[in-house]
Amino acid sequence: MLLSLMIFIPLLGMIAVLLLPRESEELIKRVTLIPLALAVYLFISYDRSTAGTQYVVNAPWIDAFNIQYHIGIDGLSVTLLLLTALLGPICVIASWRNIEKGIKAYMALFLLLETGMLGFFAALDLFLFYVFFELTLLPMYFLIGIWGGPRREYAAIKFFLYTLFGSVLMLVAMIAVYLNSGDPGARTFDIPTLIALASTEGHALNNLNFQIWVFLGFFIGFAVKVPIFPFHTWLPDAHVEAPTAISVILAGILLKMGTYGLVRVNMAMFPLGLDHFTNGIGFWGNSLALLGFINIVYGSFCALAQTDFKKLVAYSSIGHMGFVILGLAARNDTGITGAILQMFNHGVISAMLFLLVGVLYDRAHHREINGFGGLGTRMPVYTGITTLAFMASLGLPGLSGFVGEALSLLGAYDEFKWLTILSTIGIVVGAAYFLWTLQRVFLGNLNPKYEDLPEINGREILTLVPLAILTILLGVWPNLAIDMFRESVTNLVNVLQAI
Amino acid sequence: MQPLSNIDSLLHFSPEILLVIFAAAVIILDLVVKNRESVAVAHLALVGCLCTLAAVLFIHFSFGNEEPVALFLGMIQLDVFATFFKVLLLLATAATILFSLRSEELDAKLKGEYYALLLAITLGMFLMASSTNLLMIFIALETVSLTSYILAGFLTHSPRSSEAAFKYITYGAVASGTMLFGLSLLFGMAGTGDLTQIGGRLTELLASGEVSSLTVLIAITFVLAGVGYKIASVPFHMWSPDVYEGAPIPITAFLSVASKSAGFALFIRFFYTGFGSTGLMQFVDWPFMLAIVSALTMTVGNLAALPQQNVKRLLAYSSIAHGGYLLMGGVLLTSEGVGAILFYLLVYLFMNLGAFYVVVLVANEMGSETIDGYRGLGSRAPLVALAMVVFLASLTGLPPLAGFFGKWLLFTAVLEQGYYWLALVGLLNSVVSLYYYARIFKVMYFEDAEEETSHVSFSTGTFALLSTFVIPTIFIGFLNIFYTFSNISVSVLPMQ
Repeated sequence: MLLSLMIFIPLLGMIAVLLLPRESEELIKRVTLIPLALAVYLFISYDRSTAGTQYVVNAPWIDAFNIQYHIGIDGLSVTLLLLTALLGPICVIASWRNIEKGIKAYMALFLLLETGMLGFFAALDLFLFYVFFELTLLPMYFLIGIWGGPRREYAAIKFFLYTLFGSVLMLVAMIAVYLNSGDPGARTFDIPTLIALASTEGHALNNLNFQIWVFLGFFIGFAVKVPIFPFHTWLPDAHVEAPTAISVILAGILLKMGTYGLVRVNMAMFPLGLDHFTNGIGFWGNSLALLGFINIVYGSFCALAQTDFKKLVAYSSIGHMGFVILGLAARNDTGITGAILQMFNHGVISAMLFLLVGVLYDRAHHREINGFGGLGTRMPVYTGITTLAFMASLGLPGLSGFVGEALSLLGAYDEFKWLTILSTIGIVVGAAYFLWTLQRVFLGNLNPKYEDLPEINGREILTLVPLAILTILLGVWPNLAIDMFRESVTNLVNVLQAI
Repeated sequence: MQPLSNIDSLLHFSPEILLVIFAAAVIILDLVVKNRESVAVAHLALVGCLCTLAAVLFIHFSFGNEEPVALFLGMIQLDVFATFFKVLLLLATAATILFSLRSEELDAKLKGEYYALLLAITLGMFLMASSTNLLMIFIALETVSLTSYILAGFLTHSPRSSEAAFKYITYGAVASGTMLFGLSLLFGMAGTGDLTQIGGRLTELLASGEVSSLTVLIAITFVLAGVGYKIASVPFHMWSPDVYEGAPIPITAFLSVASKSAGFALFIRFFYTGFGSTGLMQFVDWPFMLAIVSALTMTVGNLAALPQQNVKRLLAYSSIAHGGYLLMGGVLLTSEGVGAILFYLLVYLFMNLGAFYVVVLVANEMGSETIDGYRGLGSRAPLVALAMVVFLASLTGLPPLAGFFGKWLLFTAVLEQGYYWLALVGLLNSVVSLYYYARIFKVMYFEDAEEETSHVSFSTGTFALLSTFVIPTIFIGFLNIFYTFSNISVSVLPMQ
């Protein structure tokens, strides 16, 4: 019930927003605080000692096809639910003065998007999972297309087409799984049941060839979302054109939907298929780790070449998501723990980075890195927070970014020695572009054009401080987050190693 | 099951009889009413629809619920399947009458004929959905065709409309001629026109080698030409963009929904009841032929829709593409596939009619049928634009809208039979279709209107009608009852 409430309160909020007059701004602003409050309650009351799903609701929905409204959370979902609920209000605050036209429509779409994201992370029925996954598309398309930058139409439709392309392949795989799950009448979309069936000896789902194909179907769907090379080209466009708050959601949550799906479906449900792509034998056995490596190195080098601040952050996201893929490919405790932690940390850090880019863009109305210089003297507080975010992102020990990446690499080192060693190039390049950007924007002589640039204001600081605190806290006390999903990871690794 | 005699059949036939009475009454009322602006004629036609609907349901619950009843010595059949389509068709007709009332392009002088013809075409479609005899099938098809030629050319002052009617009649004549030839071949071989017997008879003849499978294949292909023309499947689709563009918008909406539904009813009756036997399939591999037709239809429809500037024409191509999706369900003629077709037709009724209703509204207010006419609609008429988004997103097949559930059923049916390539073609087509539907989103929301951006207001009645399309488009997929409904309709169809 609590979980359903959390998922559907934004939807009710959307209806309320559409019906209420524009003057009731304060009320609109507060809708996203309810899921956050519930998330805090979940964080406190979540039983960390078990891998089982909690807060389960299981009600029949479409009987003819055995589709259920089945939701519940385990360690992984609760982590991402917390992240989603946290970024919700932050994005609302960040949009408040920035969005001028159609604030009602903007908020309505944003709340619909939030319902889609929260529902996706809680769904335990494959059909429901897909419905929530797709529910995020249309709001995102309009949010980028209406409130975006100059090339917003192109970016919006590119995002939409790429993701839809991925998800139709996923749909085929999903139907194939459903059809193979039993005789007519006994088929199911229930994720826990399917996971159990897929590792039952002799069941149609427990077939290597079948698992390879459906693995690929789901993988492409999620790979577009993550995004994994070569499906990444929509991301820089979408990020550059999207308004600040939407970039935050895009990098913070939507990318995690891809990696979350990989864990929830590809790894847990198709261990044989996963084994085929990650067992380290031959080309296919290394392919997932290879994709992680390409993402890390390619993303970092692309970021190094950017002169647009936001595009740089976008490409750095591609690089950092590579660590998640690499950690998952390792299939061991350390690697998966690192990957999940990295999902959460990247959500927090990239949210900070996009908010910071937004702050600068709102003042200077451009994002050209070489067009600034010496801002450190003009905006000391802003410079301080940016430095913190940069350091966290480039993996400075003591800040949260380091822990996730280090664990992912450690886990991967056991399985893919050379790819892991080569992947560290990405960290070096990451340090290079962040430090170089720091130098170009904040050090040197102040560009006379920006002598009157106002310092970061209270509202903007309000959006950044919670994230900054989390970054430091999780840097020195990573177990705060790891405890949430430790049991779930152990459980998953046991399943994977039983192959 | 003994077929009822002609006299005994009359009571079961009362919905059709009611339609005839009301069609006549509409003409008489039109002669009596002097005021050209009066809406009495349209309202009478609407009442006719409602009375017929009541009669259909009454007959259903008193007779047709248990098992099929053969009427008129086996010429037509009353069963749940036919009832499903009759309800669907009446909803479409009622919606068309309401559209016509609000449309400003129709000639006030010809109202009587217009509404009488609409009721007559509904009668023809009723027969298409229930005929079980080759001769009856042809008569039903011709009743529908001839009336739709007139309706397509109803804008007497518009050359495009006349052109549409002329193209329609030329294509239609060739298609029905071809079909008639195919029917005569079938009749000649099997010696009977009864659909319930023809399949078994042909299987025997093929097994004993008395007729060659090539002859049967040719006969079936010829029949398919007639049916394919009604559902606008490739390569018999060429008439539809021109006709859809030229015809009055309510008629375009009607043709794209009702005519297609009736075509599918006939298709299912013919192939599922008549030729669905596996015995026959081992001689003639028409499931593969249908799969090819289906893949081509959706691909051609979607690709041709991409560059369209006229929204009616765009929706015409989109409706061709949807014919292709629907055909997927008919490829192997399993009961799941046919159930999926019925469910999709129900969903399609609401989302497509809804989209056309928006076209009517925009044509009235902005005087434009081109995509440019939709510029800035998002701020000028927010609710109408929002409704359009719901309809088009549902046509694309985005969850949680009903169109997604319909497509999902179709794809499940196709995948269940192992036609993976066809499902992939269908799904990639959905991605393509998103592009042209999104062009309408784009002009409505991302671009501002050039001149005055005045707010356009619509009457409450308009919004009420609009919401009768929006609400089902959002909710049909969530409700169990509709899946059960379409499954029951299929389960009564006897398969040979």
